[in-house]
Amino acid sequence: MTERIELAQNAAGRSVPTMVNGRPQIPFLGVGQYQPRGRKTAPPICSSKDYPENGDKRVANLETALRNCGLRNGMVISNHHHLRDGDRVALMALEAAAKIGVKDLMWFPSASFPSQKAAIDLMQSGVIHHIEGSMNGPLGDYCTQGKMRGMGVLRSHGGRWQAIQDGEVHIDVAVIAAPTADAFGNADGSHGKSACGSLGFALADSMYADRVIVVTDNLVPFPCIPWQIQGNNVDYVVEVDSIGDPAKIVSGTTQITRSPDRLRVAEFVARFLREAGIMRNGFSFQAGAGGIALAFVDYLRRMMKEDGVKARFVRGGSTKYLVELLQEGLTDYILDGQTFDLDGVKSIGSDPRHVATSPFTSYNYHGKGNFASMVDAVVLGATEVDVNFNANVVTHSDGRLLHGIGGWQNCLAAGCTILALPSFRDRIPVIIDEVTTLTGPGELIDVVVTERGIAINPRRQDLLDAVKGSSLPIRPIQDIKAEVERICGGKPARPKLGDRPVAVVKWVDGTLLDTIWQLS
Amino acid sequence: MSSDNTATTAHPAEAGHHGKDVRSDMHVSIEPRDSGGLEITLESRVGTYYGGSIVSQTRQVLESLGVKHARISIHDEGALPFVISARIEAAAKRAGLGGDQKSLPEKVALSEPTTRDRLRRSRLYLPGSEPKYFINAALHGPDAIILDLEDSVHHAEKDAARILVRNTLRAVDFGGCERMVRINQSPMGLQDLAEVIPEAPDLILIPKVERPEQVSQVDRMIDELKSRDRIERPIWLMPILESALGIENAFAIATVTPNIAALTIGLEDYTADLGVAKTLDGRESEYARTRLVNAAKAAGIQAIDSVFGDVGDLAGLRRWGEMSRALGFEGMGCIHPSQIPVIHEAFAPSQAEIEKALKIVAAFEEAQERGLAVVSLGSKMIDPPVVERARKLVARAKAMGKAQ
Repeated sequence: MTERIELAQNAAGRSVPTMVNGRPQIPFLGVGQYQPRGRKTAPPICSSKDYPENGDKRVANLETALRNCGLRNGMVISNHHHLRDGDRVALMALEAAAKIGVKDLMWFPSASFPSQKAAIDLMQSGVIHHIEGSMNGPLGDYCTQGKMRGMGVLRSHGGRWQAIQDGEVHIDVAVIAAPTADAFGNADGSHGKSACGSLGFALADSMYADRVIVVTDNLVPFPCIPWQIQGNNVDYVVEVDSIGDPAKIVSGTTQITRSPDRLRVAEFVARFLREAGIMRNGFSFQAGAGGIALAFVDYLRRMMKEDGVKARFVRGGSTKYLVELLQEGLTDYILDGQTFDLDGVKSIGSDPRHVATSPFTSYNYHGKGNFASMVDAVVLGATEVDVNFNANVVTHSDGRLLHGIGGWQNCLAAGCTILALPSFRDRIPVIIDEVTTLTGPGELIDVVVTERGIAINPRRQDLLDAVKGSSLPIRPIQDIKAEVERICGGKPARPKLGDRPVAVVKWVDGTLLDTIWQLS
Repeated sequence: MSSDNTATTAHPAEAGHHGKDVRSDMHVSIEPRDSGGLEITLESRVGTYYGGSIVSQTRQVLESLGVKHARISIHDEGALPFVISARIEAAAKRAGLGGDQKSLPEKVALSEPTTRDRLRRSRLYLPGSEPKYFINAALHGPDAIILDLEDSVHHAEKDAARILVRNTLRAVDFGGCERMVRINQSPMGLQDLAEVIPEAPDLILIPKVERPEQVSQVDRMIDELKSRDRIERPIWLMPILESALGIENAFAIATVTPNIAALTIGLEDYTADLGVAKTLDGRESEYARTRLVNAAKAAGIQAIDSVFGDVGDLAGLRRWGEMSRALGFEGMGCIHPSQIPVIHEAFAPSQAEIEKALKIVAAFEEAQERGLAVVSLGSKMIDPPVVERARKLVARAKAMGKAQ
């Protein structure tokens, strides 16, 4: 509380701290402006002499594995969210660390979930110093109320990989939950009672962490095929009864929204792609697993059939709706980052055209290119968007943490970035003068689709021309905003944000895009 | 006259809804008192953004109702301003405050008056006590929306729904949709009229009509209210026949006043009256429906079909709609927006029909120009009724955007 935090203004006009958790920071310089030099980080050299010749790396339990890894006060321990809200391994690992008696860990999950709210107790007891990773629900509130000792750092999936490669985050011990694994440490997410699909979020940790532990509830004799995580990167294997709650790992069935207003948004998005000529043979798209996105895929599928159009690839989060495209021959491949439902899991485990990807292939800014910029269109959500097309996805309009960034920022690199949103939620207009927290710069956001009309970023004259004369309700963003403000009874009052930073939002290149402030 | 808050008649009351699953509504409790001014407590899902505005609106509404002293407690779930006014007014009225005063929200511009024979393929029912459906209803493009005060509103909510529907007619822009209200049966229906007619709805649906007198009673009251408020635009009537007796009297009902634009049928009540099950192919109501179509046509008005209750069965809806059009109906009711495009398709003439009709009309126009009494197409002579039917079909196709 007493430390003075220096602030600087970045290229987007946002105040950001110059130091975060003891590390100097670079303010956002503009899209594509920051290009660090030097060499990537590397894990310590190891020798196979130190590992059992029979390949059996099993130890009795997580506590032993963590002791053997030399876990000490102040280290960085990482987990991953491929088991989503059903994950048990992260808390198991943190509680084992508490038993060993270590303090002040930095917890580095690829995302946290409400079921992990016990991490609050571990922060209060001093086991965890702070979290760098998405926080929402109770963990988000703990952070925005200013109770966490360090600052939260929110990174995109690609940004997390970049931070590991840059050496900004040095992972001492990675603990990877594996739905199937062998005693050598080869691990797979697409089979087993806790199957979740891809383990891509854990891949960077397996390659760059000093020590890697694989935790599984489905140990198979060597070799575990496929090996999404290679045993050659793994130090220890721990067998447990259950790594997670299957009901919360994947949904049995993902549901398309039934809201007529949201269906209308979804239909507009699909029609926009068709009428702008983006939906053509060999095209590609990405859509998430939200209700609007699922309905969009369903509408697009009908239009693709009507027009006899086939995609070359679609990007998941996969669901039954993407799997149907694959099975009906409407796409050659699914390139899958995470798998949301049972149909998706079954498909990735059995269909060679349904391929697991990682943030490295998909999103990493320091790769020699990545898939995100090769996708023709992406359909995303947001909490708020402003008249300059800047968008917020991490906080509620009142500044409370709502969501992680996920792949959202990385996806903005697509050929056409579409935000699909209701124009207001519970009387709160979605289009506003200035976003509460900047998560995506407006120059990368091309189209905002609402149930009241479609706004195209004036920077995209090509898109404006492409849909000229279409029957779609193309309107200036200011116009939609004014209509919604009339309905809602005027502009919403701006929330009062505090003046103490409690977390920061990183841009994909590691620079600071915005600050989350303590709530008064 | 404004009430004077005397403790003899005023008592605590509440109105509206709140809870986790409630959206775009609010719950208001009001406790009248003799002094101390207005004391307002607010809990709102949108408090950060609109808390101040809700409190000042509450104050304004109560002042316009002449309420000077009361404790008001509000649980708001994101209600829009016209809903806020309605809920506060309903609570105040239930508390015995406000007398005959109304607190009317700002009025949006009225759309053009509607015509007697306009397109009425689809009319979307909106329960009169569920404000969350109102604001976006027109976006889904029905030909009409119905603000329902009758069967979808619980008996205990009739008074509050009436105020809410009145405010909705004033404050919500329904674009090109015809604005319809389904009132209750008399005598409650007459109270409904007193509240909604000043807001000039385009059409009133009268439920459970069995005798012409039921319609003329409503018609007279509308006339009185219209001349009192100097409303000049038409307010059409659509009687709903929902019993065997109503069907027997269809023609007499259809001709009782020139303000009737259409007859429609309520199949749930009709089949119940007959004591038969309502089936997917509708054999049990075929007589009633054809009789109604015949009576309507004889009276020179539209015949409109009932609703199709299974929202999930769009294919069944499509079949029903096509059958209904074949019988002579010109539209039906919808209970979910997803039914609208299906109904529009079902009631649209086919491309072949349109083309044939266009040819007939062209031949007719050519004959007119050349001063010929007989219209012929190729080697066939065309009778005048065929020409008339073709002209109607072309006009409808144009209105639906199916022909140039």
